[in-house]
Amino acid sequence: MNTTATAPVTTTAETGFARPNYLNAAYGVRSWLLTRDHKRIAILYLISVTAFFALGSLFALLIRLELLTPEGDLFQPDTYNRLFTMHGVVMVFFFLIPSIPAVLGNFLVPLMIGAKDLAFPKLNLASWYVYNLGGIFTLWAIVHGGVDTGWTFYTPLSTHYSNTYVISTALGIFITGFSSIFTGLNFIVTVHRMRAPGLTWFRLPLFIWSTYATSLIIVLGTPVIAITLLLVAAERVLHLGLFDPALGGDPVLFQHLFWFYSHPAVYIMILPAMGVVSELVAAFARKKIFGYRFVAFASIAIAVLGFLVWGHHMFVAGESIYAATIFSVLSMLVAIPSAVKVFNWTATLYQGSISYQTPMLYALGFIGLFTLGGLTGVMVATLGIDVHVHDTYFIVAHFHYIMVGGAIMGYLGGLHYWWPKISGKLYPAALSKLSALLVFVGFNLTFFPQFILGYLGMPRRYWSYPPEFQVLNVLSTAGASILGVGYLLPLCYFIWSMRYGKDSGDNPWGAVGLEWDTTSPPPTENFYTTPVVTHGPYEYNREEVHNRMSQEATLG
Amino acid sequence: MASEPLMEPHGHAAHHRDLAHQFDSLDQQKESSTLGTWLFLVTEIMFFGGLFTAYVIYRRLYPQAFALASHTLNVPMGAINTAILIGSSLTMVLAIWAAQVSWRKGIVLFLGLTILLGSAFLGIKSVEYREKFETHHVPGPTFHFVPESEHVKVTDPQLERHASIFFSLYFIMTGLHALHMIIGIGILVVLAVLSWKGKYGPEYHNPLEMTGLYWHFVDIVWIFLFPLLYLLGAHAR
Repeated sequence: MNTTATAPVTTTAETGFARPNYLNAAYGVRSWLLTRDHKRIAILYLISVTAFFALGSLFALLIRLELLTPEGDLFQPDTYNRLFTMHGVVMVFFFLIPSIPAVLGNFLVPLMIGAKDLAFPKLNLASWYVYNLGGIFTLWAIVHGGVDTGWTFYTPLSTHYSNTYVISTALGIFITGFSSIFTGLNFIVTVHRMRAPGLTWFRLPLFIWSTYATSLIIVLGTPVIAITLLLVAAERVLHLGLFDPALGGDPVLFQHLFWFYSHPAVYIMILPAMGVVSELVAAFARKKIFGYRFVAFASIAIAVLGFLVWGHHMFVAGESIYAATIFSVLSMLVAIPSAVKVFNWTATLYQGSISYQTPMLYALGFIGLFTLGGLTGVMVATLGIDVHVHDTYFIVAHFHYIMVGGAIMGYLGGLHYWWPKISGKLYPAALSKLSALLVFVGFNLTFFPQFILGYLGMPRRYWSYPPEFQVLNVLSTAGASILGVGYLLPLCYFIWSMRYGKDSGDNPWGAVGLEWDTTSPPPTENFYTTPVVTHGPYEYNREEVHNRMSQEATLG
Repeated sequence: MASEPLMEPHGHAAHHRDLAHQFDSLDQQKESSTLGTWLFLVTEIMFFGGLFTAYVIYRRLYPQAFALASHTLNVPMGAINTAILIGSSLTMVLAIWAAQVSWRKGIVLFLGLTILLGSAFLGIKSVEYREKFETHHVPGPTFHFVPESEHVKVTDPQLERHASIFFSLYFIMTGLHALHMIIGIGILVVLAVLSWKGKYGPEYHNPLEMTGLYWHFVDIVWIFLFPLLYLLGAHAR
């Protein structure tokens, strides 16, 4: 990219003073809580999201502990129901959906498009407060004993029979939905209206394309879950009968409305991770991404197709065979743009000069795990197989391969890649590679046995199981503890690096992209002069050619 | 303030007092807020869309109960309210026009009229709601429903329950619509005060236009609600 952003001030090492950046621009709690700087808001989100991730992980840990033995010996069955419900609610709505968009997206979107900030900074700050407000409602429910309906809130269980805090949890999710909408809306407007001069659509980094596609899903889908949960709350309070078969209501209508958002929500989780991986693969293979336009349009295709497949959650819920067949075929179509991405990343790796830095380890892990999750997705999109494995651990394993093996690997890979940009510091390389390895091994050990368990017929959401399933369950619990260590390590060394890490310099990876053209950490206004863009996003070859030519010129 | 820059990195443009720091020009700012408002309206369409979907499903399942329940709604009041809302959209547009021609008192006048019409709508709506309470058409333990005319041949064995679903949807849909109107009126009051202080003129009146878009949207929702709820099977009355 153009080197338009050379800092007018010398570096810390030379002067002993830190260059002005968004972290030292102002101090004090007030300067953080009232900030409108997208980078600071990203940090605020990072803190909140990490807290909810820890909470969701705690519930996962308790679930795995209970499943260590076939008998239900650690918790009462009611408690177990609450544990998996709250694990799902916290992880889906308070971690996975906001994770990459609200943290990395907030930080990077303006930087990557050469803007001073998002289009609506106040709305951005508001979104963080709204997110936390929704979180408080949900935490209130958790503290008072939680909710036991499953994260899907199926009626009439959620509206009539459940004796737990459904309304508070539903309101928490309703409120948090607004924060997603604020973020998505902000990104769409920003990408349309705030791009630097010369930054045409096909010069945008693929992370921007996937964030844009994600934002479209957020804006179109989230209002539907909002009205759905509002109806559930109204039904629960006023006994309207909208979803109660005894009063002429249709519970399957609830499932349709719920999955109209909640299936696309899966793409809200995975698309941003795909965007991260596109950046990582290009940066660490030192190559232009293979088939840029295909990867870009694949994001849009996934966003569009994602809205047409919700019915595959109701194959055994009384959906007509014609509807089921159509939803089955449409679901398989999602495999096409997903495969386009996987093949293009692989083709980018081919003959690249690959360096196995920590972020790249996560990216490679993502490609493998996402492929497995995607292929099993095609399996469960098949009517016959779905009837067999529906509501078993096969489904649990499948979506964890996408959400944990995919989305969280992408999130961690992205955090490791942009951490020097965010903090200006380096984290310990060897330790971070070890943690990437632990995450990969721990993940597979946790969830691969669950494929087998599910195929053998172990149903999900039960606190006990037949003794012959114990070996695989013990493997899974062992894997989960390794995975836990893998997640704790980055938390520790990221915090450690902020104080003790070595200065990273502006561009430790030698990566291209507007975000690397400015200083690390960036100044509050991102760029000292507005960058002018003259070429595409992954011009690694061009740069090398250019360097070689200038070297030859000097050598004469 | 955290975002106070330590230097002037973008010192070139002379900044208009209404230009936010992240934008380069008033045009860019206006385009952004327009796009943002439209996107917000898209989310609103999806929000009401969920309700309309539920309405369509149940109307198809229980056509007779829906038609008979619809007949109990007060069509003249609904029609007057429709006219009032369309009128309020006109006064909203006139307020923007007044800003364009620098007529400060005109902005306040037309915003005031819009507020007045919006409040009139809510007033008539509350009279209708009271009527429903008095006739026990509010879903709940005291709900009671029989067809208005004795000559109707009832073919739906669970007419009362299914009518209750109609009224549930009626109250949720018109209730959320009314909530949107109340929020709109709140924004209009703020804008009226700011206009009185001379905040808006021909060069800058973005908030007026954006609020106008929102107001028209709320209007359009009603234009769909009125026939779907009030005029069902009107020919067969």
